[in-house]
Amino acid sequence: MTTPAPKRPRVTRRRFLKASAVGGGALALAFVVGPMVGRYRRRRDMRATAEATGEFHPNAWLVIHPDNRIVFTLDRVEMGQGTMTSHPMLIAEELEVDPTVIEVELAVADRRYDHPEFGLQITGGSSSVRTSWGVLRHAGAVAREMLRTAAAEVWEVPLSECLATNGTIEHVPSGRTQTYGALTRQAAEQPIPEPELKPAEEHTVIGTAMDRVDAPMKVDGSGVFGIDVVRPGLLNAVLIRPPVQDARVASFDVGEAKSRPGVRDVVRMPGGVAVVADRYWQARAAVADVTVEWEGGRTTLDTGIMSEELRRLTAEPGKTVREDGDVDGVLAAASGDYLESAYDLPHLAHAPMEPQNSTAHVEGDRCEVWAPTQAPGVAREEIAAMLGLARDHVVVHTTLLGGGFGRRLVADYALEAAQLSKLIAAPVKITWSREDDMCHSMYRPQVRHLLRAVLDPAGTPVAWQHRIAAPSLLEAIVPSWLPAMTPDGTPGAMNRGLSNVAGGVFRGDWIADPTSTEGASDTPYAIPNLRVELARHDPGVPVGFWRSVGHSHTAFAVESFIDELAVAAGRDPFAFRRALLHDAPRNLGVLKAAAAAAGWGEPLPAGRFRGIAQHFSFESYVSQVVELSVEAQRVRVHRVVCAVDCGRVINPDIVRAQMESGIVFGLGAALKQRISYAGGHVEQSNFHDFEMLRMNEMPTIEVVIVPSTADPTGVGEPGVPPIAPAVANAIAAATGRRIRTLPIEPSLVA
Amino acid sequence: MATTFRLNDQPITLEDDAGGETPLLWAIREIAGLTGTKFGCGRSLCGACTVHLDGRAIRSCVTPLRSVRGRSVHTVESLSPDRSHPLQRAWLAENVPQCGYCQSGQLMSAAALLARNASPTDAEIDIAMTGNICRCGTYQRIRRAIHRAAADLREGRS
Repeated sequence: MTTPAPKRPRVTRRRFLKASAVGGGALALAFVVGPMVGRYRRRRDMRATAEATGEFHPNAWLVIHPDNRIVFTLDRVEMGQGTMTSHPMLIAEELEVDPTVIEVELAVADRRYDHPEFGLQITGGSSSVRTSWGVLRHAGAVAREMLRTAAAEVWEVPLSECLATNGTIEHVPSGRTQTYGALTRQAAEQPIPEPELKPAEEHTVIGTAMDRVDAPMKVDGSGVFGIDVVRPGLLNAVLIRPPVQDARVASFDVGEAKSRPGVRDVVRMPGGVAVVADRYWQARAAVADVTVEWEGGRTTLDTGIMSEELRRLTAEPGKTVREDGDVDGVLAAASGDYLESAYDLPHLAHAPMEPQNSTAHVEGDRCEVWAPTQAPGVAREEIAAMLGLARDHVVVHTTLLGGGFGRRLVADYALEAAQLSKLIAAPVKITWSREDDMCHSMYRPQVRHLLRAVLDPAGTPVAWQHRIAAPSLLEAIVPSWLPAMTPDGTPGAMNRGLSNVAGGVFRGDWIADPTSTEGASDTPYAIPNLRVELARHDPGVPVGFWRSVGHSHTAFAVESFIDELAVAAGRDPFAFRRALLHDAPRNLGVLKAAAAAAGWGEPLPAGRFRGIAQHFSFESYVSQVVELSVEAQRVRVHRVVCAVDCGRVINPDIVRAQMESGIVFGLGAALKQRISYAGGHVEQSNFHDFEMLRMNEMPTIEVVIVPSTADPTGVGEPGVPPIAPAVANAIAAATGRRIRTLPIEPSLVA
Repeated sequence: MATTFRLNDQPITLEDDAGGETPLLWAIREIAGLTGTKFGCGRSLCGACTVHLDGRAIRSCVTPLRSVRGRSVHTVESLSPDRSHPLQRAWLAENVPQCGYCQSGQLMSAAALLARNASPTDAEIDIAMTGNICRCGTYQRIRRAIHRAAADLREGRS
């Protein structure tokens, strides 16, 4: 079977308001006409390049040099999820080259690299492989066909006798060969073909555990992260930020700061007071000399008050986002004989290991930026709008990212560097402290879930009511993303107007934010009477996408409550789920695979207990079985078995690594992490009070990849959602106590 | 103030104009220009800045430059000129790094462990490595890589 070649994007096709999955279910307002323009170069441009440099440059990703070097421009950032490895593999498969010879360069912000679904250049939503799967294989195949055609022309032989293999074209009957590098000029003259892609059975690269391309530079210290960027004449700055959310500088006294060695300036700027020095530590040390008086701000932010408000919101009906059957009727008929549980989850910080930072140089009407960002397209547009520059006068380079987890989908750090560079008329890097990062994030929101269910006499759920109270993530982020989606040249006033409208859609509660209900509104359990409701909470805390987004909390509620129902029905939690997943074969597939690999139902050593959960997110299916013990109120997770169905696998080792990573990320949150507010300030500041899972707490993780011939889907995030409920369910099995509040405090366990 | 010490086996004098109070981390990164050692927390909580001081793993973010006078400091750049250190080879074989930001510190903690213990147990790895946070959760692979490197060293494949 031949996989149909994806159509090359047609410039004339409009894409209207398309609801798609940003970070798992955001609404991408993609009405853009132009983002695909220029992905495939015109013949006269290809010819001009070939004449000038001898290079064959057929599309936005690929340049083949006369010396046989193959340079691939990676348009999705590398933050650990493996794009520097998986994406060259996709190109290599169809280009017929050894993927390890491909040189990978990181793309600058450029509309040609817009995300094909979101309509702007970002890396997120566990979508990089899913959305590049067709695009990059096609790009590789086009180049390969042009090289074959070129060889056939040069040799004056039929195209069918020319075989592309390992970076050369071979004329099979005569055995003549020519390297790709020797054919670049002729290839540039060929028409752009519509090639057929290889059937999966012929893949030799896709599906192999190729070593990570980025590993060498990460074991010898040579990889360049944002914090490592050095430029001629670069100054370094620290921004003194408000202790209370949104407070402003009333006044400041520079004290002796300016007389300290290396200190160049102390300036007020939006967001605080910047201390600028030759070197970072000179700036950091001088902060002690500066006194800032703050005014205003959200001094009333308080986690206790927010918890009360969430309780009040879940006590009343919310906006219905899914309604099957007659939930109210069944609940009324049950006359009080129903189960009810509420689940509370805290604010969470992303806390990537590399603190936020950015380098910027504004010169005249141009700006150049180096940033570890998931959102170069957003950074470019926001900087252009802020400084009043033309979009194409702002160059945004991305570096390696020391973790992202959704935090770097917002480009605030890049904007402030650009702003400061303009203020001081010099190239400057702003480096955040860990405390800055912990206290000035866009957090995973605090959320409350209230669930009710009715079991029939056989113990089968016949009604399910799920009420969620949560802030809108899209209200915060869509307005900032929208201007980066509009065609180049769209007037600023129109962009601002669109942003206002987009924000208002969610502020006015016209649309229930799908990122708050994803994973709940699409629950796969077959329950005839089912309703999911959302109440919008707006406490004024900055919120954003946190690895697995809405699924990070909905999976905890759904998979905990289904477990409670199993216990109430006197049924085995695995068998109970299996019976309700008869219409969800892939959910069922991973559930069974995880249970089998974990030995579900088999005896365990004394004191060990199991818990199970399954969840669908980012188009992938994941189930996990946890083995843990509870001793002296201390939860010790010994083993996690994880089954994943993510469609066809590009690189199985990266899939395993991402499952391991998601599990550790989710375990840390479940067992330890909470951001709380008091008097308007964040109470946590560093890794001593926002703790990470460490080596001594690391369970053994075993990953089972369920074979699939479906197109590939996400792996960066889907490992996160099932782990917290699997742990809570195992604790319930161990102690009889149900965990309904995260993180799992020792007092909740015993 | 000028502080003279050995950095990666070369004598070096760094002028820090803060009376020697500049953390070794920032002296290495900004004055000596070696950026493999990373800043993560500034409070000895995460281990991203781990270097060796006279062969012992220390957190350079809380170590004043003056305190290393006359002593020997090694950073990740010194492990090998060509990624051939047994730990680097093991890290590559196990595909340990994800984002990679913490890995310089992880490698230096592991190198200090192997230098004094050629056959570390899991419990000994826990003790040596628990000060190093990896937000990407590569701990299982780090553990495997340390065992692999230790086996290579014992079997003379170094």
